[in-house]
Amino acid sequence: MTSTPTVLDDVTRTESSLRQFLHGLPGVDQVGAEARAAGLGTRSIKTSAKAYALDLAIRMVDLTTLEGQDTPGKVRALAAKAMRPDPADPTCPAAAAVCVYPDMVATAKQTLGESGVHVASVATAFPSGRAALDIKLADTRDAVEAGADEIDMVIDRGAFLAGHYQRVYDEIVAVKAACARSNGEDAHLKVIFETGELQTYDNVRRVSWLAMMAGAHFIKTSTGKVQPAATLPVTLVMLEAVRDFRELTGQMVGVKPAGGIRTAKDAIKYLVMVNEVAGQDWLDPDWFRFGASTLLNDLLMQRTKMTTGRYSGPDYFTLD
Amino acid sequence: MSDRIDVRKTYKLYIGGAFPRSESAYSYEVKDSKGKFVANAALASRKDARDAVAAARKAFGPWAGRTAYNRAQIVYRIAEVMEDRRPQFVQAVVQSEGLTASKAEKVVDAAIDRLVWYAGWADKITQVVGNANPVAGPYFNLSTPEPTGVVAVLAPQESSLLGLVSVVAPVIVTGNTVVVVSSYERPLPAVNFAEVLATSDVPGGVVNILTGSAPTVAPWLASHMDVNAIDLVGVAGDLGLATDLEVAAADNLKRVRRAPAAEPDWAVNPGLDAMTAFLETKTVWHPIGV
Repeated sequence: MTSTPTVLDDVTRTESSLRQFLHGLPGVDQVGAEARAAGLGTRSIKTSAKAYALDLAIRMVDLTTLEGQDTPGKVRALAAKAMRPDPADPTCPAAAAVCVYPDMVATAKQTLGESGVHVASVATAFPSGRAALDIKLADTRDAVEAGADEIDMVIDRGAFLAGHYQRVYDEIVAVKAACARSNGEDAHLKVIFETGELQTYDNVRRVSWLAMMAGAHFIKTSTGKVQPAATLPVTLVMLEAVRDFRELTGQMVGVKPAGGIRTAKDAIKYLVMVNEVAGQDWLDPDWFRFGASTLLNDLLMQRTKMTTGRYSGPDYFTLD
Repeated sequence: MSDRIDVRKTYKLYIGGAFPRSESAYSYEVKDSKGKFVANAALASRKDARDAVAAARKAFGPWAGRTAYNRAQIVYRIAEVMEDRRPQFVQAVVQSEGLTASKAEKVVDAAIDRLVWYAGWADKITQVVGNANPVAGPYFNLSTPEPTGVVAVLAPQESSLLGLVSVVAPVIVTGNTVVVVSSYERPLPAVNFAEVLATSDVPGGVVNILTGSAPTVAPWLASHMDVNAIDLVGVAGDLGLATDLEVAAADNLKRVRRAPAAEPDWAVNPGLDAMTAFLETKTVWHPIGV
């Protein structure tokens, strides 16, 4: 990258300068990205490094339930689990957040209290993002007022694929403004791309830059409702983008792969990639998260295996 | 044609209906009864055992949920396919156990007959070990046997085919799924048996066969919290190891079928013990007249 922060200001001035910049980003070498992601996945992480990675991964989990059948009871149970993932072991760290629909934010907040576990809420007509802007903003404000610490918004993929970059940009800026609270603080904004619908890695790189320039605190792969969800190569491209963005502007942006990460082994592959591509600074729940529901149980099972020396079973952990 | 190059075989494990190599990538040489090289067999590691347990757990619900009649058909089908491949099994038994061809044929016949015998029990065991209990009240009180779950079986070391069939068939016919560690010195009949299972309507994961050393793999199975029962007949005579395994199995209250002092004679009528050892009794009360 040869541009400077002042150039980035120019970039976002008009639709055509935005398009010129995004299309001027170097293309992603698809074969190279996939080979690099696969290569990093072969690293062997054992013993104390594995124990560290498992605990770190547990601290990074956004424990998620985004179903039509969610009840207050289910959300309370999930929140309790986020605070004490393994009730049998007090040394087990808490998860980073619980992620729910906006109408469940108050319930989650009530259970979590001052535990330090955040409440993340999806918003902006999740998961399709197909609604008028004022509805999306109202959705966001609702969640923020109910106490959400983090807002997971979806971009308008239709607009992005049609090339209306300015519209997507303006929407992110508007949602970010809606994340402001009356006390001057604001909820952190995660921008979901739904990479499974973006077709190419080039698009993933472009949308990553677009969202970061619009002020996203986090960029997130997927809603979990579309296959393929998070993959290693897609996350690799996004990690490269946040690394390059910090080099250029000095601002750090977080990354959240979500959907399809089910095993501790997968999670550790992601952590290796974070360390190798973005750097150690991102190995922190403030800068890297996993959006997952079943992943936590596998992490707990592996953790129990490491502490007890024997294989554990799914019977010994809660279902969700 | 004497200058044809030998086809040297390296067999694999049987886990979840597929034939993976050992996760450890190790294999070991299998010799016949005279010490001559026969083939390579995969040397199962603790991670293969872990994968096999996961496959068995996944298969348990659907397998236990099938009708007893259907399980009978499937176990009978195993016998049919074995019958088709009789010469192969006879050769494997000759090589492994050093028997004469005619004795090996008797062993194979007995193994096939045993499968047919156990197949017949699938829809009869409930009548024999279940009961309508007399109670002092206006209730039906019914006890019925249900499968225990995932059962780890250490197969006999000496009787590599008849012994193997005699410990696997009674476990699966009642609806359990099984992870079996074959005889270490004589694994080839177990490998052939896996090939039969893969082509005889047995759903993947119902039987998982690990070739390798019981002393290496068994402690992981015995301590595994997701294994519900273990059959220790494969370490018959090794009191020290059997005791260690029983202690490890106690943590999640596994059912343990204890190791005998010496390997039993597999030719005799087995009775119901091998089936009832891995059955739980469920008793329900039901009001009369409703």
